[in-house]
Amino acid sequence: MSFIPGQPVTAVVLHFQLSCALQQRIEICKLRQGEHLILGFSIGGGIDQDPGQNPFSEDKSDKGIYVTRVTPGGPAEVAGLMMGDKVMQVNGWDMTMVTHDQARKRLTKKNEDIVRLLVTRKSLEQAVRHSMM
Amino acid sequence: MDTESTYSGYSYYSGRSRGSHRHGERSRDHHKSRSKDGSRSEKSVTINAPPAEPLLGDSSVLGEEVQDDNWGETTTAVTGTSEHSLSQEDIVRITKDLEDSVGLDCRRYFSLTLAVVLGLLVFLTPLAFLALPHLLWPDKLLVCGTACEGLFISVAFKLLILLLAVWALFFRAPRAGLPRVFVFRALLAVLVLLFVVSYWLFYGVRIMDSQDENYQGIVQYAVSLVDALLFIHYLAIVLLELRQLQPAFSVCVTRSTDGETRHYNLGQLSIQRAALAIIENYYRDFSVHNPALLTASKSRAAKHLAGLKVYNVDGPGNNAATGLAHSQSRAMIAAAARRRDTNHNELYYEEAEHERRVRKRKARLVVAVEEAFTHVKRMQEDEQQQQKKAPGDVMDPREAAQAIFPSMARSLQKYLRTTRQQHCHSMESIQQHLAFCITNNMTPKAFLESYLTPGPTLQYGRERWLARQWTLVSEASVTSGLKEGAIFLLKCIDFSLVVTAKRIPYIQLSEEFIDPKSHKFVLRLQSETSV
Repeated sequence: MSFIPGQPVTAVVLHFQLSCALQQRIEICKLRQGEHLILGFSIGGGIDQDPGQNPFSEDKSDKGIYVTRVTPGGPAEVAGLMMGDKVMQVNGWDMTMVTHDQARKRLTKKNEDIVRLLVTRKSLEQAVRHSMM
Repeated sequence: MDTESTYSGYSYYSGRSRGSHRHGERSRDHHKSRSKDGSRSEKSVTINAPPAEPLLGDSSVLGEEVQDDNWGETTTAVTGTSEHSLSQEDIVRITKDLEDSVGLDCRRYFSLTLAVVLGLLVFLTPLAFLALPHLLWPDKLLVCGTACEGLFISVAFKLLILLLAVWALFFRAPRAGLPRVFVFRALLAVLVLLFVVSYWLFYGVRIMDSQDENYQGIVQYAVSLVDALLFIHYLAIVLLELRQLQPAFSVCVTRSTDGETRHYNLGQLSIQRAALAIIENYYRDFSVHNPALLTASKSRAAKHLAGLKVYNVDGPGNNAATGLAHSQSRAMIAAAARRRDTNHNELYYEEAEHERRVRKRKARLVVAVEEAFTHVKRMQEDEQQQQKKAPGDVMDPREAAQAIFPSMARSLQKYLRTTRQQHCHSMESIQQHLAFCITNNMTPKAFLESYLTPGPTLQYGRERWLARQWTLVSEASVTSGLKEGAIFLLKCIDFSLVVTAKRIPYIQLSEEFIDPKSHKFVLRLQSETSV
C-alpha cells in the first residue's frame, strides 16, 4: 500500500467495497394481482412498534423495518429477498427511522413498478467477518 | 462402623468438617436452635455472680461448672434433673423461699405505711388550711362572701377527683417485688413532700403568725395547693405510665438450656422494670421448661469428655498454670478432632427412630381419643322428658370424663412417655382437662392439642411456675435505664434467660406524591403488514 500522489489509496477503496458487501441491493418488480401491485413479502417493526418482540433483530432496541415473511414464489423471493432482512432504504428513502405505516406506504406506491431495496442481513455480516479472519 | 461411607448425606459432612468444626458438628441436629454450650465450657462469662451462688453447696454436684479431669468417671448420676428426688437445689429453694418471704414483706409494709402517711398528709392539708383560721382566730376573720363559698365547692370536687385519681394510679395490688426501689415513685414522693412542706411553711409564717383576716385569700391559697397537687399527679402519670409506652428498644431473650428465642419491643425502662416485663412475657410465650428433653445432649457431652484423659508428664512447677491449662485443653480438642468417632451417625439414626416412634404413638393416640369421644353425647333438654333416661345414665361432665378416660389412658400415657412429658401432666389434671373439653363441646383434636405441643408455662400446674425464684444478674445497676447493648441475665433455678437490648433504629420516612391522573398506559404493538 504505497502512497502515490494523485492515485486513490487502495485501503480506502477496499473499505468502501467491504461496507457495500454488508448490504445488499435487491430489485423487485411488482406483480399485478387484480387491481393491486404486490411485492410478495411482509414487514414488521417501526419506531411506533415494540422492538422487544422482533425475532429477527440482534439488538432488541432496534426499531428498524424487518422482513418477517416472504411469499414462496413471489417477486421478492425471485429477487433474492430473505426472511429476517432489515430494510435500510427503499428507492433512496431511508427506512431506519420510520413508522410502520410510513414504511408500508413507501413500499406500496401505486405509480412505481420497481422498488429498489437496500437490505442488510445477519448471515452476510457473519460471512464477511469469517472471511476477514 | 463400616457402613458409614454408604450413607452419603452424613459422611460428606463428616469428611469436610475435620479440625475445629468437630464440636459444632455434634450439635447439628433436628433441633436447630440448640445452644453450643459444649464448645464454650472453657470460656468464662463476665457476669456478676449473684449472692446465692455460695449457697449451692459443693460443686461436685453440678459437675459442668468445674474443670475436673475425672468428672466423666467419678460422677455417677446426672443431678439437677431428676424430678422425683429431693436434690440440693430443692433444699436451697425452700430456704430461699423462707428468707425472701420475710424480707420482702418487711420492705413492702414499710413502703406501704410511708405511702399511706404521705397520702393522708396530702389530703388533710387543704382541709387544715381551711379549718385552722376558724379555730384559731374566728373573730378576726372577714365574712366569707359568695365567691369564697364558690371556691369551697371547687376545693371539694378537686379533692374528690384527686382522691379517685390517686386510687386509680397507686392503689393497685402489687404484681411483683423488685430488688431495688422504684426510682420514679421515690422521686415523686420526695417532690410531693417538699411541696407540701413548703406550703405549710408559707402558711405558718405568713398566715398563722400574722393571723390574716382575708379569708378569701386563704381559701384561694388552699385551692392553688389542690391545683398544684393535681398537676403533680399529671406528672406522675406521664413519668410512670406514659413514658415507657413508646417502644425504644428491641430485646432478644434466649433461654440458656434449649436456645428458644423471642424478641420484644420495650420502651425506656429501668433494667428491673424491663426484666419484669420480660418475665411476664416469658410466662406467656415460651414453652414450658422441660429438663427431661436435655438429658440426651448431656449424656453425649459426658461420653465425649469421658473418652479422653490428659496426663501431665512434666512436673507441676514447670509451666505457669494458665499455660498448662491452655495446652491441656488444646491437646484435648486436637485429639478429639482427629479421632474417628461415629457420634453423628448414632445421633442421626437415633433421632430418626425417635421421630418414627413418636409418630406411631401419636397415630394410636389420636384414634383412641376420637373413638372415646364418640361414646359421649350431650343430652338435649327435651330428651330427658321424651325418652325418660334413668338418673343413673345421666352424668355430669366429671363423671363422663371418668367414664371415657380409661379407654384412652394407656395410649396417652405411652405418648407422654415417648415425648418425655409425663411429669408435666398428672392423671387428675388430664381428667379435669377432659371434663373441661366435654363441657365446652370441643373436638378430640382440641383436647389433644395441649398434649401434642408443649404450651406456655402458665398452662401447667403451679409447681412449674417457679414465680418466686427469679434472680436478676446484671453488670450495670438495675435501676439504671436500658441502653444499647445492655446485657443481663434472669436466673431461675434450672435455666436462665439471657437478655440483650438493641435500640430500635431511627426511621427516616420520605414521601412520594403520585398524581392520580398520571396512570396512563399505551399498547405495545407488533403488527405485520404484507406488501
